[in-house]
Formats: sequence, C-alpha cells, structure tokens
Amino acid sequence: MAEGRRNGAASISVDGLGFSYGKREVLKDVSFSVRAGEFVGILGPNGSGKTTLLNCVSGALRFVNGRVGVCGKDVLTIGSLELARLVAVVPQESAMNFEFTVEEVVLMGRYSHINRYRFEDERDYAVAERAMRATGIWRMRDRLVTNLSGGERQRVVIARALAQEPRVLLLDEPTTHLDLRHQLEVLGLIRELNQTRGLTVLAVFHDLNLAARFSDRLLLMDGGAVMVEGTPEEVLTDRNVLRTFQVDAKIGRSDKGRVIVEVGDVVTRRGPP
Amino acid sequence: MNLALLLFLLLSFLLTAMFGSIGPIGHGTPENIEPMPAQAVLDILTGRGGNWNDTYSVVVLDVRLPRIVLAATVGCALSVAGAIMQALFKNPMADPYVLGLSSGAALGAGATLAIPVSVWTFVVLGVTYQATSAEMLLPFLTFMGALGTIFLVFNIARTGGKVNTDTLLLSGIAVSAFLGAIVMFLLFIKEKQFGSLFFWMLGGFSGTTWASVSVIGPIVLGCLVLTAFYRRDLNLFLTGEDTARHLGMDVDRVKVYLLVLASLLTGISVAFAGIIGFVGLLIPHIVRLTVGPDHRYLVPASALAGAIFLLWMDTIARTLLGRSEIPVGIITAMAGGPFFLYLLRTSRKGGRWLGG
Repeated sequence: MAEGRRNGAASISVDGLGFSYGKREVLKDVSFSVRAGEFVGILGPNGSGKTTLLNCVSGALRFVNGRVGVCGKDVLTIGSLELARLVAVVPQESAMNFEFTVEEVVLMGRYSHINRYRFEDERDYAVAERAMRATGIWRMRDRLVTNLSGGERQRVVIARALAQEPRVLLLDEPTTHLDLRHQLEVLGLIRELNQTRGLTVLAVFHDLNLAARFSDRLLLMDGGAVMVEGTPEEVLTDRNVLRTFQVDAKIGRSDKGRVIVEVGDVVTRRGPP
Repeated sequence: MNLALLLFLLLSFLLTAMFGSIGPIGHGTPENIEPMPAQAVLDILTGRGGNWNDTYSVVVLDVRLPRIVLAATVGCALSVAGAIMQALFKNPMADPYVLGLSSGAALGAGATLAIPVSVWTFVVLGVTYQATSAEMLLPFLTFMGALGTIFLVFNIARTGGKVNTDTLLLSGIAVSAFLGAIVMFLLFIKEKQFGSLFFWMLGGFSGTTWASVSVIGPIVLGCLVLTAFYRRDLNLFLTGEDTARHLGMDVDRVKVYLLVLASLLTGISVAFAGIIGFVGLLIPHIVRLTVGPDHRYLVPASALAGAIFLLWMDTIARTLLGRSEIPVGIITAMAGGPFFLYLLRTSRKGGRWLGG
C-alpha cells in the first residue's frame, strides 16, 4: 500500500477485521477506509463494538483476523514509537491523580520523538507550546492538572495528542463527561484542527446530533459489524436509527441545512427478535 | 534544588565523619567518643592528615568513610527503587519490598546460618567455588534469595507474556507472607542459632569495609544511570498503561526493565545492609511533595535525599547510645514515621494523596 498522502489516499484502512474476547465475537469482518484529512464518526448502540474497533486501529488490541493499516503501515507490525508518531488517541476520560503541571503532561506527548538518552530540546518545547496555544491552554501551562475542570483537562489531553504530531487522531466519545458548551468547544477545536492541519479524525460518538454536525462521514455499527456507511444524510434515517437503537426518531433539517435527529420513544420489540 | 542537595550531601560526609567512637566497640572510654575536630577530618580527607594522630587517620579513612559511603549508597538505592515501584504501581504506598523481596533475602540469610559454611559450593561457568567464610556468603545468598523471590513472584503474575501490575502486587504479598512465615518459624525453633538473623533483619552498616563499597557502588551507580534514562517512561506509567501505550511506550517490555532495575537496587542493598525499612517509602514521597511527580526531577532528587537521610540516620544509630549501636532500621522508622505523619497533616498536597 502506498504511503498515505494528503488528499485521496487512505489514512486508515480496515480490512476484514474480526475480534473476540474469549468466545464472544465483538467485531465481525469489519472493512472501511478513511481518507487523509477526513473526519469520520462512528455511531452505534452499547456493545456494538465501537470502542473495540477504535482500540484495534490504535494498536492497543492485538487482533488475529484481518488487517488494519494506518498511513500505509500495518498497526500490528509497526513499532510502538513509530505508531505513536502517526496515531494519537484521546480517550473518553483521563484519570489524572498525580500533580503534574499542564506543560509536563503536554510534553509527555513528545515521548515518541525524544531519544531516551537526550533531553527535551527547543523543538520539543516549541511543538508543545503550539499544541497548548491551539487548544487554548497556554496561559494555564503552570497549573496542576489535578486542579482543572473536566473540559480543561480534556483540552490538555488533546494538546498532548497534538504534541505527538500525529497524522491521525482517534477519539473515544471525547465529550461524554462535558457540559453542552464544552462539548461544542472541544469538538469545534478538533474539527478546526482537522480542517486547518489536515489531521485525519476517527471519532466514536454517542450523540447522533453531535456526530452529524462535525463528521464528513458516518459509520453506523450494530452487533460488531458496520451496518451503514455514508454522509450524515445517508446514514441518519429514521429507519436506520430504529433498526440499530430501537428508538423512534424524526429526521429534519436545521436552517443551516444540517441533519437534526429528533429522538422519540423506545420501541420495544414484540415476538422473537 | 538538586545542586543544593548535592552540596549538603558532601557537607554531610564531612560532618558525619566527625562523630562516632574511636577504638573497638565496647572498649571505648568516654574521651574516645568525643567528636573529632572538623579540621582533622578535612585534612585527612584531603590527604594532609600528617599533623594529626595516626588513629584519627585510620578511623576516618578505614572505619568511618567506607561506612558513610555505604550508608549513602544504600539510601540512594532504596529511594530510587521506591520511586520506581511507586510509579509502576501508580501507588504512593509501594516500597522497594512490595514484591516480597525482603522475605526472600531473609530466607537467604537464614540459609547461611542453618547450613555450615563448608557445605556451600557453587559452580559458576564451569568453575567450582568453595565458600570460605560467612562474611562472603551472606551478601551472596541474600542477594540470591531476593532475586529468586522476584523471579518467582514475577512468573506467578505473568500470563501470556504480559504482567498485570495488580496480580503482581497480590502475588508479591502472598509470596512475602509465605517466606516470612518460614523465616519466623526458623527463628522460633532455633532461637539461639538464629538470634543474629534477627539483628540482620533490622538492618545496619557495622563493620563495613571498602570491599563491600567496591561491590555495591558500581552496581548502584549503573542502575541509577539506567533509571535516569527511563525518567520519561516512569512519568508515563503514572498516566496509566493504556495512555502510556498510546504515547508510544512498549509498556510490557519497559515494565520488565524497570522491575529488574528496582529489584537489583533493592537486592544489592539488602545483601550488604540488611532490611532497612521506610527509606524507600518515605523519601520519594517527601521529595514528590516538594518537586512534584515529574521523574525528570524526582529521580535525582530522591537519590540525593535518600543518601543524605540514611547517612544521618546511621550516624545517629552509631552515636546515640555512645558505645553500642542501634540497628539503623529502628532509627529510620522512629525518625521517619512521625516526620511523615507531620508532612501528611501539614501539606495540602499530602492530604489529597491519601484521599485520591
């Protein structure tokens, strides 16, 4: 596979991926690809395999079936340092019990770039500064991460991910624990980085409207497989929402032309499933 | 900060060399435990000791100095080992003995007492060695006991090439309790024969020679340099293993390296100084309250603070009762415990440590 280039080339390619925890099959023959610079959202009910899929792409889970390539490199055979220079991960919530300063945490993102026998140099500090400025946390760089609010802490984690200078950013429900304003701020920031820096984004969402608002393309997962794939308009139909979430939904359009999902009631299945 | 600690350590070398009894323990007269003049110590250390009493020179260079250097080295080793363990287990309550290393070492020490020296023969690389004295045998067997325990605990906790830190901690506790019970049983059935084991377990530096220093010194120095290379890895462990992996660390491999380093530092310390508690728990903790959790600063500061702390504790141990010595492990716990509690109560950060 050719080295991923800015436009057109696949940044993430997943091919026939299968994964089981013991005997429980969590992913079944999943295939899709994400182009460089694209923002792709993953949706699906609990247990549909979203997080497992993300963990396979990030190289955290060693799978047996299928292939996952990032920028043309196989995630299973690539070294951990090289992988960290291509892919950064922002988890749902990051425990921060130790009193590092914001700057110290962001500098940890440079781990994969610094040889262990040398010190952080000017470039490392410059990259960290740029990451902190981009995420709006530069002025709080000397504060302790243990004293930050959830939204601020998530921005520190994003800054650390940016300090890795990755080409791909993987996010697992990055705003679940944030309030409405911070959800929009954090996702807006990621969208901006995606558009200005050409960062490829693959993000798991719970909220259908947030997913529709920020993603170029959506993957709707159910039972460990990708059910539908396409633009928000194509994926978010009342029929698809009903089938995967068993929830009634009305799909509309905002004044700006965005897809809006108005969620109705839970539909209980009758008879054998 | 580190520079200040380093200067203080050097000053401590000079000051602590002034104190202590002159002449064989138990035979000193009151005049003989008067502190030596600082000028004398300084002159002797800089090779201009000709103007002073010959006894002074021998006492400083051959009795006190090796002991001072050993105490500082062991303090350094235990503190850094403690810092490594606390990072690996993400737990400020972890100490160098957390994996049962001390019980294994005690069992090794017990073995030297239970089995006559003449029986011990070792075959290393095809050459047969016959142990000739208990002095040689004790460090060797305690070291073997310590490393053997770590190896055992490690393999119990290992599944499919990976080591889960929680399982590691639990198997460490279980193995430690088991081996500790054996040691206690030995002490119980043969109290007379094993009386010296009891004193060994309380730790101490009496009778230190340059020979011990020349063995432990280079090993500890080497381990410290290696630990410094892993300073960023230690930071990443504090953020959790998943995050560490995402940031590019080969977690499973680095974990093994760091466990080996910490075990080596602790094992060699136990071999030459017995089981000295509290240093490895207390020093990294106190240093963290001052410089923060970043191991780029925490590792060197802990090394220096640990050296200073144990050096002074040993000085107290050998001077407090005049002519007889107190096991240094008792002093470290007596002095360290209350100080630690004081820090916990007064430091805002300390309170949060236990809370979260």
